[in-house]
Amino acid sequence: MSTTAVLDGPKRKVWGGGNEPLNASYGKLMMWFFLLSDAFTFSALLVAYGMIRFTYPGYAGPAEDFVGSNEYWPVPELVFDAFPFLHGVHIPLGFVGLMTFILILSSVTMVLAVEAGHRNDKDAVVKWMLWTVVGGFAFLGCQAWEWNHFIHGTDTGSTFRFLIDGDWVSQTVKGANLSVNEYGPAAFAQLFFFITGFHGFHVFSGVAFNFLIFYQAAVGKLEQRGHYEMVEKVGLYWHFVDLVWVFVFTFFYLI
Amino acid sequence: MSVAANVSAGAHAHDEHHEHKENFITKYIFSTDHKMIGKQFLLTGMLWALIGGFLSVIFRLQLGFPEMKLEWLRPLLGEWIQVDGSLDPEFYLALVTMHGTIMVFFVLTAGLSGTFSNFLIPLQIGARDMASGFMNMLSYWFFFLSSVIMLTSLFIETGPAAGGWVVYPPLSALPQAIQGSGLGMTLWLVAMVFFIVSSLLGGINYIATVINLRTKGMSFSRLPLTIWAFFLTAVIGLLSFPVLFAAALLLVFDRSFGTSFYLSDIYIQGEALPNMGGSPILYQHLFWFLGHPEVYIVLLPALGITSEIIATNSRKPIFGYKAMIISMLGITVLSFVVWAHHMFVSGLNPFLGSIFMFLTLIIAVPSAVKVFNYLTTLWKGNIIFTPAMLFSIGLVSFFISGGLTGIFLGNSAIDIQLHDTYFVVAHFHLVMGSASFFGLMAGVYHWFPKMFGKMMDAKLGYIHFWLTFVGVYMVFFPMHYIGIAGFPRRYYSWSNFEFANSFTDLNMFVSVAAILTFVAQFVFLFNFFWSMYRGKKAPLNPWRSNTLEWTTPLEPVHGNWPGEIPTVYRWPYDYSKPGAEEDFIPQTVPYSQTPESNLPHEQQFVDEEREDAADDVVVANEHKH
Repeated sequence: MSTTAVLDGPKRKVWGGGNEPLNASYGKLMMWFFLLSDAFTFSALLVAYGMIRFTYPGYAGPAEDFVGSNEYWPVPELVFDAFPFLHGVHIPLGFVGLMTFILILSSVTMVLAVEAGHRNDKDAVVKWMLWTVVGGFAFLGCQAWEWNHFIHGTDTGSTFRFLIDGDWVSQTVKGANLSVNEYGPAAFAQLFFFITGFHGFHVFSGVAFNFLIFYQAAVGKLEQRGHYEMVEKVGLYWHFVDLVWVFVFTFFYLI
Repeated sequence: MSVAANVSAGAHAHDEHHEHKENFITKYIFSTDHKMIGKQFLLTGMLWALIGGFLSVIFRLQLGFPEMKLEWLRPLLGEWIQVDGSLDPEFYLALVTMHGTIMVFFVLTAGLSGTFSNFLIPLQIGARDMASGFMNMLSYWFFFLSSVIMLTSLFIETGPAAGGWVVYPPLSALPQAIQGSGLGMTLWLVAMVFFIVSSLLGGINYIATVINLRTKGMSFSRLPLTIWAFFLTAVIGLLSFPVLFAAALLLVFDRSFGTSFYLSDIYIQGEALPNMGGSPILYQHLFWFLGHPEVYIVLLPALGITSEIIATNSRKPIFGYKAMIISMLGITVLSFVVWAHHMFVSGLNPFLGSIFMFLTLIIAVPSAVKVFNYLTTLWKGNIIFTPAMLFSIGLVSFFISGGLTGIFLGNSAIDIQLHDTYFVVAHFHLVMGSASFFGLMAGVYHWFPKMFGKMMDAKLGYIHFWLTFVGVYMVFFPMHYIGIAGFPRRYYSWSNFEFANSFTDLNMFVSVAAILTFVAQFVFLFNFFWSMYRGKKAPLNPWRSNTLEWTTPLEPVHGNWPGEIPTVYRWPYDYSKPGAEEDFIPQTVPYSQTPESNLPHEQQFVDEEREDAADDVVVANEHKH
C-alpha cells in the first residue's frame, strides 16, 4: 500500500534530510537561485532585442560605404570604432574589447580572492578584493566614456528622412538619445541604452557589494566569523554579471 | 539512541536561544517568525479579497442592472457615479482591471502561497524557521508596500489602471488613451515591481529551506504533497516573475522616457505619434510568459493543500503519491511552454498556434492524473466531512468542470470563436479562481487550530461552504451560455445590442448570485475572528493527522519545537494501515515500533533505522574524543 520510494546507501544519506544535500549553505543556494531568476530577466530583455532587431533589415552594402540610416540596422563594428585619445582613428570594437578584457580580468581577481578565502589568508583576500573593486570601477568608467561618445556622436552626423505631417523632411541627426540616433533606427539606441544600462546597474551594485566585503575583510570582521563564505557569495554574483556581459556583448557588438 | 539525542541537542543548542524577550513590534509587526509572517500574509490577503470581491459586486450591478441608479455609492465613489446616477464607463474598466490584479496577485498569489508556504514549510519539513527569517520579513514588507501603493491608486483622481489586468500596450502606454493609463498605471507598475521583489525574496527562501533544512529522515520521497506543491510553485515564480519584471521595466520606459519598445504606427486623437519600430505583440509574449505560469502559481498550492486534506479526511493514503509528484513536475515544465495559447487571435502564425495548442492539450494529462488520484483517494474512504474537507472536494469539482472547458479553449479553432467572451471568464474563474480560493479556504479551516490554537466553528463552516459552493456555480455556470451567445468581456453595457435582450434575465441572475456569494463570505469572517478569541481550545492533533506540524505544542513558540526537532521515519500518508492500532501513524513513529503493521518490503526500513542509530553512536563517540 505504501509507495514510499526506496533510496539506497549513499543517496539515502545525501537526500535523507538533516544535512545540506548540495554541500552548499542556504546562503549560497539563495544566491544561485537569485542568479537563475536574474538570468531570466536578462533573457527576456535579449529576446526583446532580438524580436525588434529582426523587424529591420540589416545593412547590406559594402562596409566602406556605410552610413547610418533609420531604414536598416547598423553594422556594430562601424558604429563602435572610437577609442579615447585617438580621435578619427577607425578601431572597430577596440574599446569595447578592452572593457570586456577588464571585466574578465576582474573575474580572475575575484577567483583569486575566493581561493585566498579558502586558505583563510586575510591579506590576500583584501588584496584581491581590492583589485576586483578597481576592475569594476574601471569597467564602469569605460562604459561612461562609451555612452558619452555614443550620445555625442560623430563629427558629421547622418542625414535621415522623416515623414512629418505627410511630407518627407530631411534632417541631420547627431549623436543618440532615446528618440533618435545617427547610427540607425531609434530602437537601436533605445535597446542599447536600456540593456547596457541595466547591465551597468548590475555592475554598479556588484561593485558596491564587493566594496562592502572588501571592507569587512580589511577590518577583520570576516576573520572573526571564521570563514570567508561571503566572498564566495559576492563572487558568484560578480561572475554572473561578467557572464551576462558576454551575452550582451555578443548581441550588441558581434551580431 | 539517548547518546545520539544528547549530541544533536548540543548541535542545536544555539537554535533554542530564540525565545528571547519579544515586544509587540518584534512579535506582531517586524516579526521574523515564519508563523507570524504567514498570518500577516493571510490577514492582508483577506483584506484584499474583500476589496477585490467588492469591486466585482459593483461591476456586476452594472452588468446585471444597467439602468440601475447607483447614487447610494456616491459617498464612496464620488464623481465616478455620473450625474444621472450611472457608473462612469472608464471607471467600469478600472474596476475589472483592479478586480483581476487584486485577485490574481494579491489574494491568490500572496494570500495563498505567501500564507501557507510560510506557515507550513518549516512546520512540515521539521525546521525551526525559514532559512532566512530576515529576508522572509522583508518579503512581507515589500508586499505590504506594494499593497499600499496599489490601494492608493484606487483613490486618485484619474482612477486606477484601467487597461485590463494584463495591461496591454499601447492602451496602457499612452496616458491620452484612457484616464487610467495616467498616474494609475504608473502606480500599478511601481506596485508590481515591489510585488515581484517580494515574491522573489519569498521564493528563494522557500526553495533554499526545502532543500537544506529538512529534518533527519525527511527525504524528498517523504515530503507531504503540500511541500512539493509549495516548492514547485516557488520554482515557477522564480523563473517567470523576472520576465514580467523585464516587461514592466520596458513599459515604464515607453510610458515615461519616450522609448518605443512596444509602440509603432499609432494615430491617436488625430495625431500621429513619432514612436516607430516597437511591437505590442512583444509585450504579450513577455507578459504571458509570466501570465500562464502564474495560473499554476495560483493553483498548485491549492492542489497541494487539497491532497493533504483529502488524504487525512478520507483516512486513506493518498492514491498515487509518486504520480501526484510527477504530474506536478509535468505541470511545472509544461506551464512554461504554452503561453501563446492566450494569443491565438493576436495574428500569431497558425502553424505556431497549432504547436502551442498541442502543448496546451498535453496539460490535460497531468491534470487528469491529479483528478483521478483525488477521486480514487476518496473512493471507499472513511470520509470525515470537516469544512476543510468539503472545500477540498469543492476544489476538485471546480477543477473538473473548469478544466473541461479548458480543453475547448486550448483548441485554436474554437478559441477564435470564444476568445474574450464570457466563456473564457467562466472557464478561468472556475478552474483557477474558485478552485484556488477553495484551496485557500480549505487551508484556513484545516490549519486554523495550528495557527491560533482554537477550533473554528464547524456549523458555520458548513453554512459558508454550501452558500459559497452553490453560489459559485450559480455565478459561473450561466456565464458559459452568455459567452457562447457572444457576449464579449470588459464591455460596459450591452443594452444597445439587439441580441443581448434575451439574456438580460440571465445576467441579472448571475449578478444576484454574485452578490449573495459575496455576502456569504461574511459568515466566514465572523467565524474566523470569533473563533480566534472565543473558539473552543483545539486538541494537539485535531484531525488525527500524520504530518510534523501536529507534533509541536498547541501554540508553538519561535523555533517551533521546544526540544529537539523530531526525526522522520516514514511517509506522511500511513492512514488506516492494516494491522495498526490507530488509523494513522505519524511520520515520527519508527518502523521498528510498528512490527504489527509493517509490510514485507518495509522490513528494510527497520534495518536502515538500526543502521542510522548505530551511525549516530559512532558520531557521538567521535565527538567524545
